[in-house]
Amino acid sequence: MPSSFLVATFTDAEKLLHAVRAVRQENLRIYDVYAPYPIHGLDAAMGVRRTRLPWVTFLVGCCALAFAVTFQFYTTVLDWPLNVGGKPDNSTLAFVPICFELTVLLSGLATVAALFLRARLYPGKKESLFAEGVTNDTFALVLRKREAPFDLHRARKLLQESGADRIREREMEQ
Amino acid sequence: MSTTSISVNGKAPDAARGIETQMLPPPSWVDDKPSLRDITDDIARPLEARPGKGWWICFGIAFAALLNLGGMVTYLFAKGIGIWGLNNSVGWAFDITNFVFWVGIGHAGTLISAILLLFRQQWRTSINRSAEAMTIFAVMCAGMFPAIHMGRPWDAFFIFPYFPNQRGPLWVNFRSPLVWDVFAISTYLTISLVFWYLGMIPDLATLRDRATGKIKKFAFRLLSLGWNGSHRTWSRYEIVSLVLAGLATPLVLSVHSIVSMDFATSLLPGWHTTIFPPYFVAGAIYSGFGMVLTLLIITRSTMNLQRYITLRHLDKMAKVTMLTGMIVSYAYLTEFFSAWYGGNLYERYHFINRATGPYAWCFYLMVLCNVVTPQLLWSRKARTSVRFLFIVSIMVNIGMWFERFVIIVVSLHRAFLPSGWGMFYPTIFDIGILVGSFGLFFTCFLLFIRLLPMIAMWEIKGVVGHGAHKMALSSDEDQEEVAVNA
Repeated sequence: MPSSFLVATFTDAEKLLHAVRAVRQENLRIYDVYAPYPIHGLDAAMGVRRTRLPWVTFLVGCCALAFAVTFQFYTTVLDWPLNVGGKPDNSTLAFVPICFELTVLLSGLATVAALFLRARLYPGKKESLFAEGVTNDTFALVLRKREAPFDLHRARKLLQESGADRIREREMEQ
Repeated sequence: MSTTSISVNGKAPDAARGIETQMLPPPSWVDDKPSLRDITDDIARPLEARPGKGWWICFGIAFAALLNLGGMVTYLFAKGIGIWGLNNSVGWAFDITNFVFWVGIGHAGTLISAILLLFRQQWRTSINRSAEAMTIFAVMCAGMFPAIHMGRPWDAFFIFPYFPNQRGPLWVNFRSPLVWDVFAISTYLTISLVFWYLGMIPDLATLRDRATGKIKKFAFRLLSLGWNGSHRTWSRYEIVSLVLAGLATPLVLSVHSIVSMDFATSLLPGWHTTIFPPYFVAGAIYSGFGMVLTLLIITRSTMNLQRYITLRHLDKMAKVTMLTGMIVSYAYLTEFFSAWYGGNLYERYHFINRATGPYAWCFYLMVLCNVVTPQLLWSRKARTSVRFLFIVSIMVNIGMWFERFVIIVVSLHRAFLPSGWGMFYPTIFDIGILVGSFGLFFTCFLLFIRLLPMIAMWEIKGVVGHGAHKMALSSDEDQEEVAVNA
């Protein structure tokens, strides 16, 4: 079902930050902000929580490490012990490089996969752009009508005062 | 340096208290302060225009070399590695020299994209994309050599453990540095590729929104994964980039350390040294920056990107080259010192042979390129002269190739027993395949600069736009400001 949004566009990141702060001060919920680059300080202004994705890295890294140790131990000590230069079968130190490489490989891939899942990015997805040029030189602040029943006139005025270039209502499939 | 007043978060917090806030102007890494739209236009232009004559000439030469590679490798597979100049004394020569050389080249890319990101070095933004691309292509070239120098390259997959194990219960020997190498190189290639692609997604979305042709639009839409610039995504994206940089940093140091262990864990004089891992890593970064300089000096002028890849960038890269060059020089000295001080007869003979034997010219060429040349970069004039830097960068590449040749061939050709001594002379196939690997590398790179944005647009916009001065001056906390009250 399409929802209706109020989209304010800016050409200046500073003005956008102003607007975000002003909107939050009025206790309006911000649906999202769209920008051509990550604006520093916007996380705090929008009240976006720090992502928990690094936990994926940590957990998968631990599993990968455990797997690498077990796998090398199993193949070299249990499955087919091979006498190489009289060295002990369980040459733990010699397993370190592969343990490290597998930890990095699997945790890195898992982190990126988790990002794609969380941010719902997948090949062939049709992009939903709230304003033209948000991947080029435009910044957009978007308020959703349904989840935050706000006074349209007040919100418009607020955004106008913060220096929005253009404010319009849009119906978008989300 | 003059100071200017900068508003903090849109307002000067101290202004209310009647104190004027002053701070040093942020370092500028892009000339002429282009607008955001200009940045997109400038960087996307080479992808939308027809390639110039210069590009076609370069591509023609590179592609001819690539065809030569294909032909020679086919012949190699048909005949076996006897067509190379290898013999009983020297079983590793151009093949492994090229392998180590190409892996080394790759290191600068990851250093720029990961280590400099963690150190918050903003100058990396103009060069990281092309340096990462260079890494991937260089590691591809490197990976080819161990595969083709196997007697039966069609069985190359035996070096990987795999399920179900068709070799009965026999597994690869996990105690062997050659197996570590397989894991290190494949991890390095995969993580570099993922990091490179991840960094490109926002730019691919920019190109998607600019694309006019149907095929282009389709391709960019497929690759950009529906990116729409949402800040919630940006926020996660930046953290994931940092995490990947954190993973790639020890990775890049591990890769060449492990490559060096292929040699260091053997007993051969000239190879059996504990200094190898750091020595190889420094050499890798040195050669990598040499190659980045070569590539960027050419592309910045042919693609009209002098505004983004400025003389200040070249100056920074020259400084890294000089530093790592000096670490390499120090390692050379240490090797000679240990050979003398260690008192091992064979070790001592090896180093005398290195400096006075039949391959002494290779050694002196290496010293000229890797010890003397970086010393010229002390002068600021030298570091900001494009022509001079170009010559230096070529010298660095030549020097580092010869370093690996000296380590590998000179050590092998006169090891312990004089009855086992011999000489290595390259054949046309040794040289042809080396040239061919350059063909593969440059073909890939030339296609890259035509098909994908060679500068990270969104990172440049971040540096030029809002937040740049904060990134440069403050730590994680964006609210924190380093201000000097006047």
